[in-house]
Amino acid sequence: MQAFRTLTSGVMPLDRVNVDTDQIIPKQFLKRIERTGYGEFLFFDWRKDPAFELNNPRYKGAEILVAGKNFGCGSSREHAAWALSDYGFRCVIGSTFADIFHSNAGKNGILLVTLPEEQVQTLLDRAAKNDGYRLTVSLEENTITDGQGFSTGFSIDPFRRYCLLEGLDDIGLTLRHTGALDTYEKQHDAAFWVAPRAS
Amino acid sequence: MSSNPKTLFEKVWESHLVAEPPNEPALLYIDLHLVHEVTSPQAFEGLRMTGRKLRRPDRTIATVDHNVPTTANRLIIEDAIAAKQIDTLRKNCADFGVELFDVQSPNQGIVHVIGPELGFTKPGMTIVCGDSHTSTHGAFGALAFGIGTSEVEHVMATQCLPQSKPKTFRIAVEGELPDGVTAKDVALGIIGRIGTDGATGHVIEYAGSAIRSLSMEGRMTLCNMSIEAGARAGMIAPDETTFAYLKGRKFSPQGEHWEKAVAEWRSLASDEGAKFDRELIIPAIELAPYVTWGTSPGMVVAVTDVVPDPAATANDADRRGFERALEYMNLKAGTPIEEVTIERVFIGSCTNSRIEDLRAAAKVVTGYHVHPSVHAMVVPGSQLVKAQAESEGLDAIFREAGFEWREPGCSMCLGMNPDILQPGERCASTSNRNFEGRQGRGGRTHLVSPMMAAAAAVLGHFTDVRTWEFKKEEVLA
Ligand code: SF4
Repeated sequence: MQAFRTLTSGVMPLDRVNVDTDQIIPKQFLKRIERTGYGEFLFFDWRKDPAFELNNPRYKGAEILVAGKNFGCGSSREHAAWALSDYGFRCVIGSTFADIFHSNAGKNGILLVTLPEEQVQTLLDRAAKNDGYRLTVSLEENTITDGQGFSTGFSIDPFRRYCLLEGLDDIGLTLRHTGALDTYEKQHDAAFWVAPRAS
Repeated sequence: MSSNPKTLFEKVWESHLVAEPPNEPALLYIDLHLVHEVTSPQAFEGLRMTGRKLRRPDRTIATVDHNVPTTANRLIIEDAIAAKQIDTLRKNCADFGVELFDVQSPNQGIVHVIGPELGFTKPGMTIVCGDSHTSTHGAFGALAFGIGTSEVEHVMATQCLPQSKPKTFRIAVEGELPDGVTAKDVALGIIGRIGTDGATGHVIEYAGSAIRSLSMEGRMTLCNMSIEAGARAGMIAPDETTFAYLKGRKFSPQGEHWEKAVAEWRSLASDEGAKFDRELIIPAIELAPYVTWGTSPGMVVAVTDVVPDPAATANDADRRGFERALEYMNLKAGTPIEEVTIERVFIGSCTNSRIEDLRAAAKVVTGYHVHPSVHAMVVPGSQLVKAQAESEGLDAIFREAGFEWREPGCSMCLGMNPDILQPGERCASTSNRNFEGRQGRGGRTHLVSPMMAAAAAVLGHFTDVRTWEFKKEEVLA
C-alpha cells in the first residue's frame, strides 16, 4: 500500500450529501475480477452530465475531493475505493463517512479527513470559486491549510494514521499475533454452539 | 442484577477477542465467513499472489447470488463478464476447499437467506461477508457485519479482523404493531427518525415488546436494514422464537448438543442494567406502512402522507439533496403518496424474499389480478424458500394474479443480472436501497413492505394496506 504523508494538490468540490457507493461505481463494473482499472468508471452515471464536476477542466488532476456528509454510504463494494484511487484521488474531506467505506479507503491508502460541517462548506465554496485552488493535507502534522487563511487541525484514529503513514499491509500486522491466534483458536473450536456446522 | 452488567454486543465481542494490542484495534476472531462471486475474486487472487493459504475453509461457505439469472434457463449466462466471475468463484472454491452452493444446488440462494435457513448462522457468532447486508444475521444474536474485499482477504488468511470497538445503540419498539405494519415498516420508520447516518459507528440492539413479537423472518428484515441507518450491525437477543427457528436446521446442533447450545445462547441477552451509549424508545403505535419517496432510504413518509416539501428543510446541503431527489424521482411536493402510480413491482431481495414475506404478499393478491399497466415479479430468496412456497401453492396464487415467478437470486435489488428497470420506470420494491440507478439506470425505486408492494401491483398505485379488502382463499383449493 502506498504511504500517505503530505499532499499538496488541486481540490474537486462535490457538494452533495449521502453520496453512495452505487454512484461512485455502478454495479455493472463489479463483475470484473481485477483490482485495477476502475478509475475510468468513477461516477459513471453522473459523469454523463457535462456540468458534473469531474468534467470541469478546472479540477483536472485534483487529488483531493471534498464532499457532503455521509460520503460512501451503502454497499460494501471496495471497488468504490479502487475507483477513487485509480482515478487519482488520495484524500477525501467530509463531515462524516460511512463505516465500511472508511475502512476500505484506509486499506487503499486513501486518507479520509473528517471536519466540522461549516469547515467542509468553506472548502467546498473556496474550491468552487477560486481557480487553481490548492490544499495541503499533512498527515504528519494532522493539518490542512490552503495558504489563503484556511488552516485547521484534524483528528484521526492513531492506528489508522500509523498504517497510512507507513503504508502498512494489514495482514502482515495481524500475522504478528499468530501465537495468540493459535492458542485462541484451539480453545474456541470446542465451542460447538458457534461452529458453522454442528459437530 | 449482575455486578458487571453487559450488553449482548459486549458478550459476543469479548468472547471473540484474540488479542488486544495496545494502541491498536482489537483482533476479533471470525466464526463464519460467507463468500459470493462479486467481492471475492480479488481476495482469492491476493492469497495466491502472497502464497497464503485459506486458514479455515471449514468456517467459510460460498454461494452465487448477485449475478445469476433468475430465469428458468439460468445455467447459461449470456453476460460473458458475469459468467467469468461465477466461473472464477467455482475455481477459487475448488482450489481453496470451500463449500459452494452453486446454481444447481438445492441450497443455492441469496447469501443472507441461506446462512440462516441452513443453520450456519447461530447466536453468539461473529459473521462477516463482503456485503453490507451481512447485518441480517444479527437477528439471531450474532455480531454480523459487512466488509470490503481487502478485509475478505484478511479473514481468508487469518480468520480474524482488526476492529475498533463500535459504540452501542439500543432501540426499543414498545407495544403492539398495528395490523399492516411489518418489520420492513419498523426499519423504515427508524431510518426516517434517525437518518441514514443516524447509527454510524454503532451496533444497534433492537429490543422491546414489538421486536420480541416479530418472527425470525421479520427480525432478519429489520436487522438487514441496520446498514441503511449507517449502523455497523444490528442485533436481537436470541429467545424461544430463535431457538424454535434453529431447531432441526441442517447445520444446527443435534441431540445432546442442542440443549447445551441453547443454554449457551440463552446467556447472551443483555444484562439488566447494562449501559448503552445511546438509547431510543419508539411506541409501536406511532408506526405506519411507509413508502420512500426519494433516493435515500431516509427519505420516507407514511403511505397516507404527501411527498414532502424541500422548503421545510433547514439545512442548505440537505435541501439541495432533497430537490435533486425529487427531480430524479419526477415527483412534486404535496402529491399524496397514494396517487403515485407505478409500472413495476419487485418482491424479493435479502430484505424481503423469505417465506413469510411471500405468504404476506400472496395473501394480499389472492383473488385479485395485477393491474394491466404493471409488470410484477416475485423472486424467492433461495431454492428452499421457492420449494416451500410452491408446496404451499403460493406460486400458483402469484402466477394466476399475473406475477412472474422466478428462480432465486439478488435480481432487481441491484440489477447486476438482466433484471433491471428501464429509464424512467417507477417500481414498488421490497428491497433495501432506493439510490439513483440502483435497480437500473434512470429507474425510480420506492421501498415498501411485501404487502404494500403486492397491493400496489394490483391497483397500479400505492395504497394503505391497513384498509385492504382481503379476499377469501377459495382459489387456494
Ligand atoms: S439482495 Fe440486494 S442487498 Fe441483498 S445481498 Fe443481494 S444485492 Fe445485496
